[in-house]
Amino acid sequence: MKNKRKSKTVLYIISILIAIVFLSPFYIVLTNSFKTQKGIFINVMDLPFGKYFDAFNYIDAFIELNFVKSFFNSLFITVASTSVIIIFASMAAWMLVRTKTKLSTFLFFLFAVAMLIPFQAVMLPLVNIMGKLGLLNPVGLVFMYLGFGSSLSIILYHGFIKNIPNELEEAAIIDGCNKFQVFWYIIFPLLKPITVTVSILNVMWIWNDFLLPQLVINRPEWQTIPLKMFYFFGQFSKKWDLALAGLVIAMIPIIIFYLIAQKHIIKGVTAGSIKS
Amino acid sequence: MNRTKLWFAFFVVPILIAFIMVVIIPAIVGIYYSFTDWNGINNNANWIGFSNYIKVFTEDKQFIENFIFTAKFALVSVITINLLGFSLALLVTRGLKISNFLRSIFFMPNLIGGLILGFVWQFIFTKAFDAVGDKLGIAFLQGWLADTTTGFWGLVILMSWQMAGYMMVIYIAALQNIPDSLMEAAEIDGATFWHRLVHIIIPLVAPAFTVGIFLTLSNSFKLYDQNLALTNGGPFASTQMIAMNIYNTAFKFNQFGLAQAKAVIFLIAVAAITLTQIYYSKKREVEM
Repeated sequence: MKNKRKSKTVLYIISILIAIVFLSPFYIVLTNSFKTQKGIFINVMDLPFGKYFDAFNYIDAFIELNFVKSFFNSLFITVASTSVIIIFASMAAWMLVRTKTKLSTFLFFLFAVAMLIPFQAVMLPLVNIMGKLGLLNPVGLVFMYLGFGSSLSIILYHGFIKNIPNELEEAAIIDGCNKFQVFWYIIFPLLKPITVTVSILNVMWIWNDFLLPQLVINRPEWQTIPLKMFYFFGQFSKKWDLALAGLVIAMIPIIIFYLIAQKHIIKGVTAGSIKS
Repeated sequence: MNRTKLWFAFFVVPILIAFIMVVIIPAIVGIYYSFTDWNGINNNANWIGFSNYIKVFTEDKQFIENFIFTAKFALVSVITINLLGFSLALLVTRGLKISNFLRSIFFMPNLIGGLILGFVWQFIFTKAFDAVGDKLGIAFLQGWLADTTTGFWGLVILMSWQMAGYMMVIYIAALQNIPDSLMEAAEIDGATFWHRLVHIIIPLVAPAFTVGIFLTLSNSFKLYDQNLALTNGGPFASTQMIAMNIYNTAFKFNQFGLAQAKAVIFLIAVAAITLTQIYYSKKREVEM
């Protein structure tokens, strides 16, 4: 018994040490973001006190990042894309499960195989084609996220719908519902757990995505947070005081989201990865 | 009959249009472009056969060097990420009172975008490492990211820190599926933790390893954001990974045809690696 307690204590010490190591990058960035340029230069490990303390970094970074604007750009693109993915992927997956034809099997296979295609293999022709269609803007970006998000989302919905019994729908059809009504009134509510998973995976991907917006968005007023951060960092890479404050600002929305929806996020990520 | 087809179209066609226009057509057009001298600016692309592919393998030493760098990185980071993730999973499933808290902390880096994390670690490696090294007189900590070796390990550390929590979550799910009775029986029989790990836990968690290795392998191979933010490929493009090489070939040197040939090779490599890995892991699972 004594031995067991001892080993528990050792485990506590090890795990707390690892947690400190994991958090230290955040700690270092946070403390230094409150220092002047000189304060960072003199000692990175000091706390920001005295004459080297400077909270104005945050105001400058906030303005330089045009944060309100870029936050709402990110929000619009993420919410709009995730919504259209949810609507159209769930509809398609239901039809593909319930229709037993060669075409439906082939289409599902096509969506699954496309998961193997890396983004770099399609990005150059994609930008060329979308440019010709006049879709190099936020709306076009949402359309592209629908296309890129379709595979994983359809696979996840497909796997879930397979386990839903057919009887309910058949009864509804006999009662005179059409397929549109059957899907939205009966099936879609049943999909809630997988919809949460699909939403979280898509939100995390789209919110943080950098390369696709960089290729598609060509006007400063449309830039998302990662995009703005990239140009901001290029401009102020020698001014760490400002750059660090900018990094902290850019991380805040995700950390808040994590604190609110932590349980769903961890569950969603687990379910998503195991099924795919 | 016709009505069924119409409903099928109504439900499937919207997303299918997006999928075909965004993924399928560009993929096919991309293969075509890889056989041309397209420069991305004007629209005339002349058919030049396999010239781009020959160039990639014979003249473009940079690409081969970057390919090897990427493969080495993928190999090392798959091992470190999964080892760390599995260890963390074992740690937080031992009934400590702070398990949930630890889980949250270990998972957190995974949520933040690769670009932002790359910048964060750029500061840690170049400024914080330098400061600590200076104070304690450890030369090893100084000058990180200035050469290929520290750039390589910098990327490995960044990715291990970011992805370990993700793998941990997957391994926790697998560990929780092991029946308690099995572990208790082994404990009563006097099996040490090490014995239980090797003879019970690892064989039963094997399917999760397939998932974990698959995810980290394809992720490491396709890495771009972290590479861009941490080292930007430097010094002298020696830490440039394939994804960045393709990007630069197209947008820095305006050789879209050549970039597209590299992208096709990249596609084949990624597909081959992931399919082989799935095949062997599945086979091993069955044998076990």
